[in-house]
Amino acid sequence: MSMRETLADPIFKNNPIALQILGICSALAVTTSLRVTLVMCIALTLVTAFSSFFISSIRQFIPSSIRIIVQMTIIASLVIVVDQVLKAVAYDISKQLSVFVGLIITNCIVMGRAEAYAMKNPPVPSFIDGIGNGLGYSFVLLVVATVRELFGTGKLLGVEILPLVTEGGWYQANGLLLLPPSAFFLIGLLIWAIRSVNTEQVEAPEFKIAHRNPLEESA
Amino acid sequence: MSANGEGLGRVLTVALGLCLICSVVVSAAAVVLKPAQQANKTRDLKRNILMAAGLLDPALSVEEQFEQVETRVVDLDAGQFVDGIDPATFDQREAAKDPQLSRAIPGEEDAAKLVRREHQALVYLVRGESGDLDKIILPIRGYGLWSTLYGFMALEADGNTIAGLGFYEHGETPGLGGEVDNPKWKAIWSGKQVYRADQVAIQVLKGPVPAGSAQAQWQVDGLSGATLTTKGVHNLVRYWLGEQGFKPLLDNLRQGEV
Repeated sequence: MSMRETLADPIFKNNPIALQILGICSALAVTTSLRVTLVMCIALTLVTAFSSFFISSIRQFIPSSIRIIVQMTIIASLVIVVDQVLKAVAYDISKQLSVFVGLIITNCIVMGRAEAYAMKNPPVPSFIDGIGNGLGYSFVLLVVATVRELFGTGKLLGVEILPLVTEGGWYQANGLLLLPPSAFFLIGLLIWAIRSVNTEQVEAPEFKIAHRNPLEESA
Repeated sequence: MSANGEGLGRVLTVALGLCLICSVVVSAAAVVLKPAQQANKTRDLKRNILMAAGLLDPALSVEEQFEQVETRVVDLDAGQFVDGIDPATFDQREAAKDPQLSRAIPGEEDAAKLVRREHQALVYLVRGESGDLDKIILPIRGYGLWSTLYGFMALEADGNTIAGLGFYEHGETPGLGGEVDNPKWKAIWSGKQVYRADQVAIQVLKGPVPAGSAQAQWQVDGLSGATLTTKGVHNLVRYWLGEQGFKPLLDNLRQGEV
């Protein structure tokens, strides 16, 4: 696979959220405002890229019996550093993100890339793969956050776009969009849209619902 | 394991080496960034003090606006200001842990579950243009459901009418107890009365204040789905405004004896 494919594939073709259905938890939690989402996306992309890079550079030395905990240690250290940096330079946003920066440690995308790609590939492609998957995650989050902030509060990045009824405008804000379930609907719609275009992503049904035969049931 | 050339020695070396490197990186980041984080925390604290009093103007810098606030150290039992201690260096949270600077609260008095109460506390005074006291902001804290809630309560110059309330640090469940941060709920507090016939009367109910309640000016709606957090807020507000808290100071202020 070329570098370009490694970088671009996870955005649409092999999106970690839309195809692999990983990292949904933070996608629900941090997407009510676009600004916070942006910071979360940058944080996750950096952590995925650098953890893949470091894990890949020491992959020959990692004994397979302790490889998961070694990966976790590297990921956790990076997440703590990111959290500390956020607290120092973007205090308000780090307060809004609260536990979710810390929870990057448990984000399946980071672990998933470390285990599935970085353990088998050289450092530079692993780094690119991390960036690509981070961008794939960011793509979905930014779409969801844009819809949620715009239609939930009438604003984008805190700038008023749709004047609200409560402030003398015409737009009635949709409160549902500010609640976590709305992200589920939006991600679902997005997955539907992506799979309608890329039909090869549609999975074969694992089982079929049998035809119901009332006669047999009664017998 | 050893069949793959992974002896115990190598497992231990890799684990130890990795932990050493990671801990150096993490501690370096923590140490280098500490001053910036501390400055952010102080600014955030000042912003919360201003916000509790309803004085915050987001367009202006927090430091500039905080200049109108005078910080004093107060002796809680005597209800008098203390001049010997520099408010800039006085750490109230540390004082509450120091046996020299605090006393244990007997169980039956400790509704807010503080365990210890400091002898001295900080208060923040806002003066009007003529120099008269305009607002007084008191630090309050107490246990909710999961965590200690730290916040500020702002009172009007009469020492009885609530001007505002806000928590700046807590670990309550987001969406339930975390709704103590909800601006709509916080807005309910302003204008409520604390004392009736010299007794603390303010209370946070379970559920909304009944329509037409004769006590409405001393009552605040509870948060739905957050009964225990609400109870915690009720207890801590009553503790800090009571005899053990700032009541002696407020009494003295009212009678002009400070």
